[in-house]
Amino acid sequence: MFVRGSTWTVLAAALLASSLAAPAAAKDKVKVGFIGPLTGGVSVNGLGGRNSADLAVRLRNADTKAKYEYELIVLDDECKPNVAVQVATKMAADKEIVAAATHYCSSTAIATVDVYHKFGLPVVVWGAVLPDITYRNKYAEVHRVNGTMINQNEVNAELVSTLGYKTFAVIHDTTDYGKGHNQYFSQALATKGGRILGTFGVTADQQDFTAELTQIKALNPEVIYFGGLTPIGVRIRAQMDKLGIKAVFDATSGVVSDAFIQGLGPLAEGTLAFREGAPTEKLPGGKFFMEKYNAQKYDNPPEAYGAFAFAAMELILDSIEKVGPDRKKVIDEMAQVKDRDSIVGKITFDDHGQNTVPVITKYVIQDGKFVEWDDSEYASGKRKLPGQK
Amino acid sequence: MDAGLLAQYIMNGLMLGMMYALVAVGFTLFFGVLDVIKFSHGDVLTVGAFTALATFVGLRTADIGSSALALLAMLVVAILAMAALGVAIARYLVLPLRSAPALNTLLITLMLGTVLREAVRLFYPQGANPKPFPALLPSDSVDLGLFNLRLDNGIMLVAGVAVIAGLQALLNRTKLGLAIRAVAQDEETARTMGVNFTAIVLVTFAIGSALAAFAGIMNGLYYNEINFGMGLYLGVIGFAAAIIGGLGSVYGAILGGFLFAALQTIGAAALPFASAYKDVFAFAVVIALIAWRPTGLIQEKISERV
Repeated sequence: MFVRGSTWTVLAAALLASSLAAPAAAKDKVKVGFIGPLTGGVSVNGLGGRNSADLAVRLRNADTKAKYEYELIVLDDECKPNVAVQVATKMAADKEIVAAATHYCSSTAIATVDVYHKFGLPVVVWGAVLPDITYRNKYAEVHRVNGTMINQNEVNAELVSTLGYKTFAVIHDTTDYGKGHNQYFSQALATKGGRILGTFGVTADQQDFTAELTQIKALNPEVIYFGGLTPIGVRIRAQMDKLGIKAVFDATSGVVSDAFIQGLGPLAEGTLAFREGAPTEKLPGGKFFMEKYNAQKYDNPPEAYGAFAFAAMELILDSIEKVGPDRKKVIDEMAQVKDRDSIVGKITFDDHGQNTVPVITKYVIQDGKFVEWDDSEYASGKRKLPGQK
Repeated sequence: MDAGLLAQYIMNGLMLGMMYALVAVGFTLFFGVLDVIKFSHGDVLTVGAFTALATFVGLRTADIGSSALALLAMLVVAILAMAALGVAIARYLVLPLRSAPALNTLLITLMLGTVLREAVRLFYPQGANPKPFPALLPSDSVDLGLFNLRLDNGIMLVAGVAVIAGLQALLNRTKLGLAIRAVAQDEETARTMGVNFTAIVLVTFAIGSALAAFAGIMNGLYYNEINFGMGLYLGVIGFAAAIIGGLGSVYGAILGGFLFAALQTIGAAALPFASAYKDVFAFAVVIALIAWRPTGLIQEKISERV
């Protein structure tokens, strides 16, 4: 007892001494987290998100008006659900981490929601688009700044139907991400009267698609819809060409990255893709974000979802500034977020923590760039997609 | 089924089978001479493909050469580099572990595979992204109904057959081949007959790794895309193909490679349920085959005496 008592006394004395000795400007340290795929096939997006979250923290630390000094703890989920659960548990179990911006991959985001709920860690998803992440449960801890694949696929089905396409083949990867895209695109297309001739599930690391594509060739659809990420998207598009398939390649937010165009070269021309939000430069705070981002001289570009990671981290930091570094208070504060200005536009969370402002941007690849559909030569009629009416 | 469609499936299967066979032959060669399983083989293929791509990029920056010349340079550089890598692996990782349990070799090469794979990802510029591989072969094609016959696929098939035939001739008709076969059959006797054991092992690893480089370039030309993870999957399939064919038998490896490709193609094309299960189907058949013929379809000629 004596020993313990003396320890407390020493501790208290030390605390007192340190608080007395500390200059008035020193701020309390607060830890916040970031999780994304930093290695593996989609790591460019994860690194872009990491840099963007890091940028938000650095800007805040440089701000003299900020009440706390923030430290960013970064973990890698490798876009694998099993790894994600491990790192999410590690982060959530660390009580010093107040809140986190988490996950680019839907498969990892959906796998970890229960972990965050169990440990009571408030998170803001910055890139994953599977609706179930926010809508399967009603977890107060889980929020999301980007839109979902439901909105994305409605816009997609609308566009391809307007262009006069009637017959489709669907290739999707068999993760939650790909299956979700398949489901919501098929639903949206059915209401527009399009016909799906065949649906093919493929594994997320498959190399050879010639067998599936040969079947699709026999079905002869006007459009091949692809629900999956960049690496196999590149392979499928390249192998379509090898088999002489002329259909339109209609993809999702999963391929909106420079890696897709670099991987395909001229073959990328005419690929359709859709994304929640607007292109970084067209976002309300896009110019500001890019200036600050470039000033930091990161190795990687922010990629398509960098601005969302930045917005997610900003939201976390704003909440902590307002209510203090306390998980419960941050959760309560996040529930109040309504019409909040951010660099990705207004953010309003519904009762599931989902941002309800579904800005969807339509893209077509033209001359090696993702061009907004409405600004493209395909929309103006100067160029035509295969079979476009 | 439509004849053109059938022809297309057969063509797809043949191309796949050729790549699998080339990888499987490497596994079987290494097992033949040293009774080891070298699990980094698939990743050597990846490094080979990336070496070829780097050569191409280098040539293009220097602005020299036609596509034929570029392809030749890529083949030469990648094959020589991978042969050297194979020799280094054998000399510094596999041979020193000769007296250790075979499991150690398996583990050390498995780890080396991860090192090679991650090295490509980290050190090749933007190595985490899929890379476009140049189409250097003439891409003329004719549409025969639903069959798209491409000249480049034909050239690759012929080249693959030529490489395998060349390997056969090397093994069966040259003094070097005789020495390799002698070492494969009985190391002690081969030594007493004056065969330089270490040199033969190194040469065999050079040949096997050169084949991997060739398969890697073929993979790149066929898909026009390479990525740092390509070798892992090809390695597993090549290994499975070598096992069902009969480890140690070159014909068995070739047979196994084409058999596996056929199973995958049938799995994707003919089975009523979705193509997502084609690998499940192919590997399930492999399991059944191994249970039926544990030593493989074509057995290595061993006369073990106690």
